[in-house]
Amino acid sequence: MMKKIFTRPKALTESPFHYCPGCSHGIVHRLVAEVIDELGVADDTVGVCPVGCAVFAYNYFNVDMFQASHGRAPAVATGIKRSLPDRIVFTYQGDGDLASIGTAEIVHAVARSEKFTSIFINNAVYGMTGGQMAPTTLIGQKTTTTPAGRDQEETGFPIKMSEMLSTLDGAAYVARVSVHSPQHIVKAKKAIKKAFEIQMSGKGFAMVEVLSICPTNWGMSPSESLKWLEENMIPYYPLGVYKEPAEVK
Amino acid sequence: MLEEILMAGFGGQGILSTGQLLANAGMMEDKHVAWIPSYGPEMRGGTANCGVSISDQPISSPLVTEPTTLIVMTRPALEKFGKAVVPGGRILINSSLVDQDIDRDDVLVMKIPANKIAEEIGNPRVANNIILGAVLELTGIVKIESVVESLKKVLPPRRHNMIPANQEALERGAALAKELK
Amino acid sequence: MSKILMKGNEAIGEGAIRAGCRHFFGYPITPQSELPHYLAKRMPEVNGVFLQAESEVSSINMVYGAAGAGKRVMTSSSSPGLSLMQEGISYLVGAELPCVVVNIMRGGPGLGNIAPAQGDYFQSTKGGGHGDYKLITLAPESVQEIIDLMAKAFDLSDQYRNPVMLLGDGVLGQMMEPVELGDIKDVKQTEKTWAASGMKGRNKPNIINSLYIQPEDCEDMNEKLFAKYAEISGKEKLWEEYQLDEADIVLVAYGTAARICKSAVDKAREKGIKAGLVRPITLWPFPDNVIADAASSANNVLTVEMSMGQMVEDVRLAVNGTCPVHFYGRSGGMVPLVSDVLAEIEKLAAGGDR
Repeated sequence: MMKKIFTRPKALTESPFHYCPGCSHGIVHRLVAEVIDELGVADDTVGVCPVGCAVFAYNYFNVDMFQASHGRAPAVATGIKRSLPDRIVFTYQGDGDLASIGTAEIVHAVARSEKFTSIFINNAVYGMTGGQMAPTTLIGQKTTTTPAGRDQEETGFPIKMSEMLSTLDGAAYVARVSVHSPQHIVKAKKAIKKAFEIQMSGKGFAMVEVLSICPTNWGMSPSESLKWLEENMIPYYPLGVYKEPAEVK
Repeated sequence: MLEEILMAGFGGQGILSTGQLLANAGMMEDKHVAWIPSYGPEMRGGTANCGVSISDQPISSPLVTEPTTLIVMTRPALEKFGKAVVPGGRILINSSLVDQDIDRDDVLVMKIPANKIAEEIGNPRVANNIILGAVLELTGIVKIESVVESLKKVLPPRRHNMIPANQEALERGAALAKELK
Repeated sequence: MSKILMKGNEAIGEGAIRAGCRHFFGYPITPQSELPHYLAKRMPEVNGVFLQAESEVSSINMVYGAAGAGKRVMTSSSSPGLSLMQEGISYLVGAELPCVVVNIMRGGPGLGNIAPAQGDYFQSTKGGGHGDYKLITLAPESVQEIIDLMAKAFDLSDQYRNPVMLLGDGVLGQMMEPVELGDIKDVKQTEKTWAASGMKGRNKPNIINSLYIQPEDCEDMNEKLFAKYAEISGKEKLWEEYQLDEADIVLVAYGTAARICKSAVDKAREKGIKAGLVRPITLWPFPDNVIADAASSANNVLTVEMSMGQMVEDVRLAVNGTCPVHFYGRSGGMVPLVSDVLAEIEKLAAGGDR
């Protein structure tokens, strides 16, 4: 008899992803869904999706979902969690959403140590609106609004959100992971699971920043993109755990 | 019957709470009342004013722009509002704090050295109620007993020992007004 | 029950508690601050949630979260804060979420001032944010009416799954008047089967969303909203008629301006001028039929607002040319005097040129 070794997580619907070939969103969606399955919390989970490429995430996660206005997912999640303290609440946000238009909301959600989990996709570019400079775009990186490459004299420097947010006392768990190789995907899943567990234990705010690729807007093939992430993003955005509760160490 | 009383002075003089006390007393007599403060940055230490309307009819506009009675606790308040009082109205001046006259002969002007009298009573905090007592006597708008009753309601029980001094203040003010009549 | 003296802003808070609201998110701004002060003390007494947000933008999005989770929720602000909330309000409408939004209006535009004004009528009644929508807009004139309208505000918002605006001004928020609170009653709330609060055994997720990527779907959504609005217009208009008997001059005013007009009407009647007042209590739906009726037998209509003239446009539409519609207003935080309004009435009565 054949053994089924790979199947769709229950926390994902049957809807096929709309994401471009090579995009990391599909991987990260799956990791979040697997964690929800493993923790057995699908019935108690409420997700909040952003404005950006993941705007349709409510079609993919098989849990109750909100679609939030651009950048405000942490405020929406605050409203949900304060209304339903025993539910598991997560936001799923991109770099334009969390690190540009939504900086106030994420900073203050962390400062208040809101007990929800944020999954932060950093692919160094705006996807849905057409490849513009993101707050996380690297110096020298070409985008549709930095056609000659990002110049710090003109547009300043990329924001390191994990480092920044981990300085806040309200942050219980902050980690940066990547999904550019199978080993890193395994580590990423562990971090996401820990971020959910920390919420469930009531320890406070948890965020996992996931370095991701955008072959379409980077103008590269998926395999070139994976290499570019490893060689360019990781040196600027070092992987690791930036904050964790003392007792978890 | 509609009495529109404007109380004006500095923040910290207890103007707003004296106004609330009067409004509360009116309410206890089943009259229609409204209280409205000046608000905003100016109430954080600067000027403080409030308007109290008391009537046997529903009060249409709660804003006191043309007072029938003005109580002033500072010189700027007299300068600012002295002209707004309706002809035939009253201006009560705390002459312990304001040494200025007002050049109007179409209103009743009464000067009360309220802080001095309050010291005689032995409690400087009852100065406002000396003036309030005079207002009650001049207008007949509410009874002194109603103000004393509402003091029992608005003051927390641990401060009820303040009530006799306040009652004395109201009566002293009323007596002064009676002489003037 | 005996009466107590209460500030308008506090009455909004107590009225909300009595309407079963247990969630409040807001950001400080004058002249509505007594409301958050009150609820910061009051919410913990009823095991409710009071949260000071980092901005009005966050407040309204926290409201979106709590409303979508199925809770009775309220936020409050004053004019500039409402401008910041407009995107969120549009999302609430698009996702058909109930909530109550309070605007204690102040002088504008810009930072303006903190004095009472009515310059946000357009913003409140014509949509305010992007897209085609309406807010049910309630405009109380007294502290007692605030108490009486709060339960209605929450009920209407739940019934029609649309935000309700409670629109007042600095006078209404700051003034104290006697109120009869009545007994605290159990609040019957409709079950919100659509809420995204965790599936809890449901086999299909609930989704709180205002994205309709296909234009056909988005048009359907707009038509659904406007069918709802037609029903609301038919059923939910509220107004007060004051001294309208044989009124030759019909005043139209709401909130604080209406109180001033009542004084002016009384004084005009004392002088033998037949003046009366229509006071819209719902600014949307607008009681246009009542105004049209009153105008049909009048010589003149006079709209009085604490603005440069906003509601007057709706009054003109309602009157539809059957008699002249005049306007008197003060703006920027200035409040009309009874004597000024009376002077306008006397000019009209004399048939003079305003």
